[in-house]
Amino acid sequence: MYLTKEEELILAGEYGYPLQKAMEILVALGEIYGANRLIPIKSAQIAGVSYKNLGKAGLEFLRDLAEAGAKVTVYTTLNPAGIGDDEFMEKQREVLEIYRRMGIEATSTCTPYYGANLPKFGDHLAWSESSAVSFANSIIGARTNREGGPSSLAAAIVGKTPNYGLHLDENRKATVRVEVLADVKSFLDYSLLGYHLGTVLGSDVPYITGIKPEKIEYLKEMGAAMAATGSVALYHVEGETPEYRHALVDKVEKITVEREHLMEVREKFSSGWDEIDLILLGCPHASLPEVKEVAELLKMRGRPLRTPLYITASRAVKALADSLGYTEVIERYNGRILPDSCLVVSPIGDWFEGIATNSGKSAFYFSSFGFEVRLDEAEKLIMEAP
Amino acid sequence: MKLKGRRIVGGNAEGRVLLSRKPLSFLGGVDPETGIVIDAESDIRGESIKDRILVFPRGKGSTVGSYVIYQLKKNGVAPKAIIVGEAETIVATGAIIAGIPMVDKIDISKLKNGQRVRVRADEGEVIIVE
Repeated sequence: MYLTKEEELILAGEYGYPLQKAMEILVALGEIYGANRLIPIKSAQIAGVSYKNLGKAGLEFLRDLAEAGAKVTVYTTLNPAGIGDDEFMEKQREVLEIYRRMGIEATSTCTPYYGANLPKFGDHLAWSESSAVSFANSIIGARTNREGGPSSLAAAIVGKTPNYGLHLDENRKATVRVEVLADVKSFLDYSLLGYHLGTVLGSDVPYITGIKPEKIEYLKEMGAAMAATGSVALYHVEGETPEYRHALVDKVEKITVEREHLMEVREKFSSGWDEIDLILLGCPHASLPEVKEVAELLKMRGRPLRTPLYITASRAVKALADSLGYTEVIERYNGRILPDSCLVVSPIGDWFEGIATNSGKSAFYFSSFGFEVRLDEAEKLIMEAP
Repeated sequence: MKLKGRRIVGGNAEGRVLLSRKPLSFLGGVDPETGIVIDAESDIRGESIKDRILVFPRGKGSTVGSYVIYQLKKNGVAPKAIIVGEAETIVATGAIIAGIPMVDKIDISKLKNGQRVRVRADEGEVIIVE
C-alpha cells in the first residue's frame, strides 16, 4: 500500500503513540484487504461503547489510549450506550468520559443521521454500527465498510481509512437480484423482509425489485434486520435508492421472496402476552415521526399500559419530543423515551424475560439471548397490550 | 522446515504450538483473566494460550475481541505469537494494539500441536525447530 511521507512519519512514531497505533491498524487492514492507499474520511461513528460489550478489556485499552493523548481528527459520534445496575452505570459513564476526552461528540446513537452526523452522497466514512452502515451506504449513497470498534477509532484518530471494499465502485455493484413477489407494505412487512434476506444473503449486495417503501423508516428497518441476521452492508432498491441505476452490471443470480418466507419469520416470534413484560420500540433509534405516531396511538388507546413501553431514540430526537409534548403524552400512558441507549447492548436479563417489538433486528438479538419475543406492528402492540 | 507467509505485526518469538483447526472467537471464547479457551465450539477448549504460539485458521465473532487480546497481554496470559491461515480485522487489530507478533498466509496444516517453532514475523516466516 502506498503511504505519503507524512503517513510514513506517523507510522514511525514521530507523532506519538496513539497516532502510531492507529496508523498501524489502518496499514495492516489495508494490506490484508488489498487497499492501494489511505483516503480521507468525512466522519467516523464508533462501536464499542456499551460496557456490556467492551468489558474490562476494552475500557482498559481506551483509558490507556486517552492517557497517551489520543485525539480524533474528524467529526466522530458514538454507538448507543448500555443501561444496567449502579456498578455498570459507573463504568458506562467512564467509557463516555474517555471518548469525550478524545474529542468525540459523546452522542450515542445508531441513527446519527437524525441529528449530529448526516453524511452526503459519495462521502467516504468509517462507521461501525451495522444498521447505520447500511443506511449510509444504501439510502444516502455514502461509502463505508462495516468497521469494527477499534478500526473506526483508528480511522477517526488518523482521519483516513484504507481504500478497499465498499469505498470502490466495483464492490458496490449488485451480486444478487431479489424479486419480491410478496406484498410488502407495512413497517412489519419490511422488518420481516429484511430478516429473511439477511439469513439467505450473507454479505451479498442485493438489487431488490417489487417494493415501494412509503416511508424512509421502512428502509431503515429492513436494512437493520438484514445487517443483523446477515452482514449486508449495502443494498439497492429499484427506483428508490440513489445508486440503483448503475448497480446491475453482470448477470447475477436471481432469488424470489414469497409471502411464506415472511410468515416463517413471523411465526418464530409469536410469544403470548402472558410471557411479555416489556414493549420495545425504536430499534434502530426512532425518528421523530415514529415517536409522534406512538404518542398518537397511545391517545387512541386511551388507557395506560400495564406492560411498560420503552422507546429508544437519539438524544436529538428525544429533545424534540420533549419540547413538542410527545414525551409527556408517552409517559402518561406508562411509556418512556430512553435517550442515547440500547437495550440490545444492556445487561437487562434480570429485569425482563419477554419483549414485544416491531423490530426484526431486536427480535433476532433478544431471542438469541434467550428472551421470549413477540414481533408485530407498533399499532397492534399498543392496542392489544394489557 | 520453513513456512513462508506474510507479516501482520512484526517481532520474533519462539515457543510451542497450540493449534486449533476451527475459527476462534476471542470475545466469549477466551477468558481474558486466565488465557484459557472457553468457547464451547472450539477444539482447544480448556487449553491455556499463555506463552504458546497460537495457530488457527481465522478469527470470528465480535470486533470487541480485539480488546480481549489486549487485555490478555496486560494480564500476562497472551500467546507469544499468533499464526493464522487468513488474517481478518478482529485478530489483526488485537495483535497490533497488544504488540503480539503475527503472521498470516501460512499453510497451518503443516503445523502440529506441541511442536516447537520460531516465528520471525518481520520476514513473515515460521521455522519448525523440532
